[in-house]
Amino acid sequence: MTSYTAEFDDVPGTRVFTASRAKKGYELNQFCMSLMKPENRERFKADERAYLDATKMTEAQKRAVLDRDYNAMLDEGGQIYFLAKIFATDGQSYLQAVSTMTGMPVDEYQRMMLSGGRSPDGWRSVKDGN
Amino acid sequence: MARITAGLTTSHIPAVGAAIDLGKTGEPYWKPVFDGYEWTKAWAKRNVPDVVILVYNDHMSAFTPEVVPTFALGCGDEFPPADEGYGPRPVPVVEGHPELAAHLAEGLILDEFDLTLMYDLRVDHGLTVPLSLVYGQPERWPVRVIPLAVNVVQYPPPTAHRCYRLGQAIRRAVRAYDTDLTVHVWGTGGMSHQLQGPRAGFINTPYDKAFFDRLVSDPDGLAEVKHLELVREAGAEGIELVMWLIMRGALGAEVEELYRFYHVPGSNTAVGHLVLRAADS
Repeated sequence: MTSYTAEFDDVPGTRVFTASRAKKGYELNQFCMSLMKPENRERFKADERAYLDATKMTEAQKRAVLDRDYNAMLDEGGQIYFLAKIFATDGQSYLQAVSTMTGMPVDEYQRMMLSGGRSPDGWRSVKDGN
Repeated sequence: MARITAGLTTSHIPAVGAAIDLGKTGEPYWKPVFDGYEWTKAWAKRNVPDVVILVYNDHMSAFTPEVVPTFALGCGDEFPPADEGYGPRPVPVVEGHPELAAHLAEGLILDEFDLTLMYDLRVDHGLTVPLSLVYGQPERWPVRVIPLAVNVVQYPPPTAHRCYRLGQAIRRAVRAYDTDLTVHVWGTGGMSHQLQGPRAGFINTPYDKAFFDRLVSDPDGLAEVKHLELVREAGAEGIELVMWLIMRGALGAEVEELYRFYHVPGSNTAVGHLVLRAADS
């Protein structure tokens, strides 16, 4: 029998934030929460590497943040509402940041949304290919 | 006796709050969204309850990686708007109803819903955007609000069935309150959307429209929906739709649909909005 958590792996292009991902991403997500304070945002922007090195994050987590690779941040246990503190610090909207995870330029992503969004067809199940 | 007379559901998209706060509601992109709430704003002026029980989710503004409560009830006197990284929204402080909240806490916990009780709670766009959509930009919100925050961020969130039953328990608890109060229940979030991974931008209009119908006419059946179906058919963040079941459970078996609105897109999301009257009200 497939576990509750493993079933979600069949949904293409998706990493749901499970309890085990929450554990893995704990320090990454705590770093994100630290950006809720304006003085921390300024310190982070002044020297990102030094700010990250003062945390308990893994090197892979730090690298994903420095690269603003949001898919890699999800793999490292990040969750979008925590990660939102990073793109808010960068002055980006949800739409701008979210589009980077799709491999589409932001204007193309915006056009897709204006024409009704990403169709579910082909995005429901890896196993069933629908 | 306190009574639940009406309920509504609405998306709580952060960009909608920003559009209101920055005076962009008349822009071509946003106008269709805000036009869709004009009926409700007029209805809400004629039907002001004493209290709104507002079901929403926090977006890591008040909650942190340290504590993940499944259901958290706001029991304080007031709830200030949270700073989500852009500064707090310029909206009034949300005034609570600590007497009814204390009664609900007692009734619901004794009814075996083990709530977390919040006496210090900042509220983010999940709660304040619905208030802005329904009440506009007043100096002071016209209603008192009891926030009910639901974890839909870390899996597993509560099941749709559990949410529906919590709504039914809220109905029982409100009816057992011996002061005359009119109460509305709002379920927020949704509809289909996904904010993460290569599948981001996911929208499923046929599923959303069927969800509306099922919520109105077949809530017992809809309450059986599994998380996997919601993620597959409504997107990873479409899981928020479980919160609509709390509203529906609180309205009783029979409802009258007063108004429905659907629009794509609001930022990354399908905007869905429904107003229901409890048939016994």
